[in-house]
Amino acid sequence: MLKSYRAMGALTVILLSIGLVFGIYTVRHPRSRSQGGKLIGASEALPIAPEFSLTDLNGQPLKLSSFHGKVVLIDYWATWCAPCKIEIPRLIVLQNKYKTQGLQVIGLSMDDGPEPVRIFARELGINYPIALGNVKVAEAYGGVLGLPIAFLIDRRGRISRKLVGDAEMQSIEPDVQKLLRQP
Amino acid sequence: MKPSSWFRALLHLSSITAVALAMTTAGQAQVVTHAMNQATVAVPVGERDTAISPEELVKLLQIPKGDQPIILNVGPRLLYAQAHIPGAEYIAPGSSSASNEMLKKRVQAVPHGRSIVLYCGCCPWSRCPNIHPAYGELRSMGFTKVKMLYIANNFGADWVDKGYPTAKGK
Repeated sequence: MLKSYRAMGALTVILLSIGLVFGIYTVRHPRSRSQGGKLIGASEALPIAPEFSLTDLNGQPLKLSSFHGKVVLIDYWATWCAPCKIEIPRLIVLQNKYKTQGLQVIGLSMDDGPEPVRIFARELGINYPIALGNVKVAEAYGGVLGLPIAFLIDRRGRISRKLVGDAEMQSIEPDVQKLLRQP
Repeated sequence: MKPSSWFRALLHLSSITAVALAMTTAGQAQVVTHAMNQATVAVPVGERDTAISPEELVKLLQIPKGDQPIILNVGPRLLYAQAHIPGAEYIAPGSSSASNEMLKKRVQAVPHGRSIVLYCGCCPWSRCPNIHPAYGELRSMGFTKVKMLYIANNFGADWVDKGYPTAKGK
């Protein structure tokens, strides 16, 4: 009788332990995590960059899908944003340096109107398309609640990295190079 | 299996469980520490007379509405439209030419001793172009209880991501 109780007790403890260890493993090793409705985690689950269709400062259509096959860097910025002013010259350099390899930088300004953006772009010699961003596009990218925020998108249209703040060249460039090498 | 073997097995499993529990607890502790670090962002010493921390403002949002400070957003409209502090009124970017007039218009009937909190959150505190000009304007108008919300990085990281209350819309 005593043996039977011991056996049942042991079995209970074993099952509980297995359950506990499995539960802990599941919690500590999630297959992926959700962020803004998109899966992020395993490399095969990189979120697809949301499409947008805007008009650039020159009146030309600016659609993300028209750059499919290129590495795209989308930069949310504003003319009055001090860190943006530091970062933009680096983006100009990147666009110059890697354009022929397939890099396309896109600037989405969070200014209220186009005029200061035009002046700013002219003064800095911005060499990539710029459009005014909007709430819909910003929210599609998980919300732009600080500037600058940039998204690095691979040739397959997946968001590879989100950069918050004025990223240093040595931080952006290796990732750009890596994505450019990928098919 | 002998009873002693069962006890050894039990002991072994207990050890595994204890280690697993310790691992989990350690993981949670890291998260908690991280959350606590985030939750206790202190206003820099030199700014304590002029700034209020997000945590302090969250507490003020819980008192009766009539006793709450007037909260004015002097940041970019597109950021305000995505998420803002409930009850906060949009003015204009503090660095813009329109800001002073909008600010004056909003506070013209407000007693100078009324509490006002200004916030922006577009950029890291030390590089925000909007908050200090708006603060200077209100102070020069004679408002004595003006505070700037200390946003160390940006509104997303220092308010929304912490789960503090937000509203959206223009």
